[in-house]
Amino acid sequence: MRVALFLTCVNDTLYPDTGRAVVKLLTRLGVEVDFPMAQTCCGQAHYNTGYRHETEPMARHFSDVFGEYEAIVTPSGSCGAMVRELYPRLGERARAEGRGDGLATALAPVVPKTYELTEFLVDVLGVTDVGACYPHKVTYHPTCHGLRGLGLGDRPRRLLQAVKGLELVELPGAEECCGFGGTFSLKNADVSAAMGADKVRNAESTGAEVLCAADNSCLMHIGGTMARLSTEMRPVHIAEILASTEEEPAA
Amino acid sequence: MSGTFVGMPAFPKAAHEAVNNPTLRGNLRHATHTIRAKREKAVAEVSDWAELREAGKRIKDHTLRHLDDYLVQLEESVTAAGGIVHWAADADEANRIVTELVKATGESEVVKVKSMATQEIGLNEALEAAGIHAYETDLAELIVQLGKDRPSHILVPAIHRNRGEIRDIFAKEMSEWGRPAPEGLTDTPAELAEAARLHLREKFLRAKVGVSGANFMVAETGTLVVVESEGNGRMCLTLPETLISVVGIEKIVPTWRDLEVFLQTLPRSSTAERMNPYTSTWTGTTDGDGPKTFHLVLLDNGRTDTLADEVGRQALRCIRCSACLNVCPVYERAGGHAYGSVYPGPIGAILSPQLRGTASEIDASLPYASSLCGACYEVCPVAIDIPEVLVHLRERVVQGGEVTREGNKVVLKPAKGHAAERAAMRAARWAFARPGAVRAGQRLASRTRRLHPRRLPLPGPGKAWSETRDLPPVPAEPFRDWWQRTQGGAK
Ligand code: SF4
Repeated sequence: MRVALFLTCVNDTLYPDTGRAVVKLLTRLGVEVDFPMAQTCCGQAHYNTGYRHETEPMARHFSDVFGEYEAIVTPSGSCGAMVRELYPRLGERARAEGRGDGLATALAPVVPKTYELTEFLVDVLGVTDVGACYPHKVTYHPTCHGLRGLGLGDRPRRLLQAVKGLELVELPGAEECCGFGGTFSLKNADVSAAMGADKVRNAESTGAEVLCAADNSCLMHIGGTMARLSTEMRPVHIAEILASTEEEPAA
Repeated sequence: MSGTFVGMPAFPKAAHEAVNNPTLRGNLRHATHTIRAKREKAVAEVSDWAELREAGKRIKDHTLRHLDDYLVQLEESVTAAGGIVHWAADADEANRIVTELVKATGESEVVKVKSMATQEIGLNEALEAAGIHAYETDLAELIVQLGKDRPSHILVPAIHRNRGEIRDIFAKEMSEWGRPAPEGLTDTPAELAEAARLHLREKFLRAKVGVSGANFMVAETGTLVVVESEGNGRMCLTLPETLISVVGIEKIVPTWRDLEVFLQTLPRSSTAERMNPYTSTWTGTTDGDGPKTFHLVLLDNGRTDTLADEVGRQALRCIRCSACLNVCPVYERAGGHAYGSVYPGPIGAILSPQLRGTASEIDASLPYASSLCGACYEVCPVAIDIPEVLVHLRERVVQGGEVTREGNKVVLKPAKGHAAERAAMRAARWAFARPGAVRAGQRLASRTRRLHPRRLPLPGPGKAWSETRDLPPVPAEPFRDWWQRTQGGAK
């Protein structure tokens, strides 16, 4: 099977390790991965801040770049939700504004083929044990868009539970938002920071070494708060845990 | 603190204080987390919750689609039952109508059962200006009124107060309004409730005019419905000679059968009870029983304008259960006052900028008072997609566009203060259409990465971020360069 990796602009620029982990993991599972070089950004920040018209050409670009692939895999719950949940809405709104079906038709092919990484592993490849080894105590934060947008359910937990040596501990208040919310964290910095601090305190109470999530944007905010609160814990993307093996362990 | 919300600062500024007030945050956290857990249990008991939610949504949508017909039907049935219907286009008109009606009775005081519609229009203040005292009789409303405070929650308007604060308010203020608090009042719930009971009982027995809101109005029979927990509302509805009910036009349901759905979903979503303790219904007037005169004031105040908006109109499905407030992480930290309206929390963030427009600073900031986490949508018993409406209203703020105001189509200009953001968004969009530009930017960032501050305050909007969080380090090589160099690790 040949899939396209939609890494997302944040991961591409700031978290290349996550990208390398996805490639390593999928390749190990026998999947042929391509990284279309023309990819940029799904437009989520634009859309969520109120710039729907600015988002449309970005969505079209996404569709041009990824339309031909059998499946599109992304290590980001929120960017995955953008494509799956909100691209159809972009099309509908354009139609409602009397601009015809063009946008909806252009976006339709990519919507059902886009998968968040853990979803792809469990639903498409049908694996929960990916042969990983990660001897650490880990707690998992289900990010809002993964949880409620994509409905990832217990897929990430099942994958983590199958990892050799990994001890998974429950995060109190797991389903509460960490306070990132893209531009929300800039526009309502006080509230966002208070939410982040509570999330970090809850995570600390578990005694885990690692807080893991399926979205580096949330991890950037949580990790930044951890550093500021001088927490021992580290934020790690789930892909890096799943890619880790006995021979080539992740940090 | 005044009783109204006029001239509130933007949400982030208003929230700043609450976020830094540990007592308030403690009160809010405790209250919302307790009710949140209870609600979850109460909802889990019902095997067909998803169907009830869908049914509630459909009934409301159907009613809103045919609102004009149902309102005419309601007017006919209320009139046939001996009531008098008045139509109020906005707050001023509604206040004028009610003030005239009270004046016509020759009375100078009224008792009130908790009504958000009257708070929305500032009725108490309008009555006061005409020399009429309005007494709130819902316990939490009483606390807010005596404390010269503002409500901060739909269901528990005094949620931000603890017992000690309430005792002090009662001891200090009750005598100014009527029967004083008993000597040596303590902060035990029983004593506080008894003090309120004695104080209120006196007012109920004296008052000739009652003012109420309603949770529902049944079009087929002209019946109004109030659900409450204390029974004080029932006193207000039955003891006075004249009853004036002020109700938003969206509160209508076609038939008694439709009520069945909401009388299940409302109590479980709001107080986590299986059934509501007091459900009062009244239909026009009846000889020898209850008020002799009944007036219904139907309030628009921005509702038909909201109805004209395809995406935003779903806010009118709201049954004011407050479940969305109790799960909202932003409400929990910012408190209800920061929303600058009698409707706080997620529903307030989408309702106020629609009812009042987005012209003021606070109304333009409300659509951003959310991280779009979606918890509100998940719990809403009438499935209002609050995040969708928030984003839709953000679009209105930054891009302007066509809206309906007082029945006329007007084109809004983008709100002020978003020029820099708009430019940045455009620039980013331009770059993202050009992979080469993205790459150049990444390379520049990588090459200068040692210069990027992780802790120093950044200028502009970045400042808010870097004051409380460290920024991530910029990697030496963006992914795409690695990919190209190694062909995905193959080389
Ligand atoms: S929006 Fe939904 S959850 Fe919030 S108060 Fe209204 S009905 Fe309840």
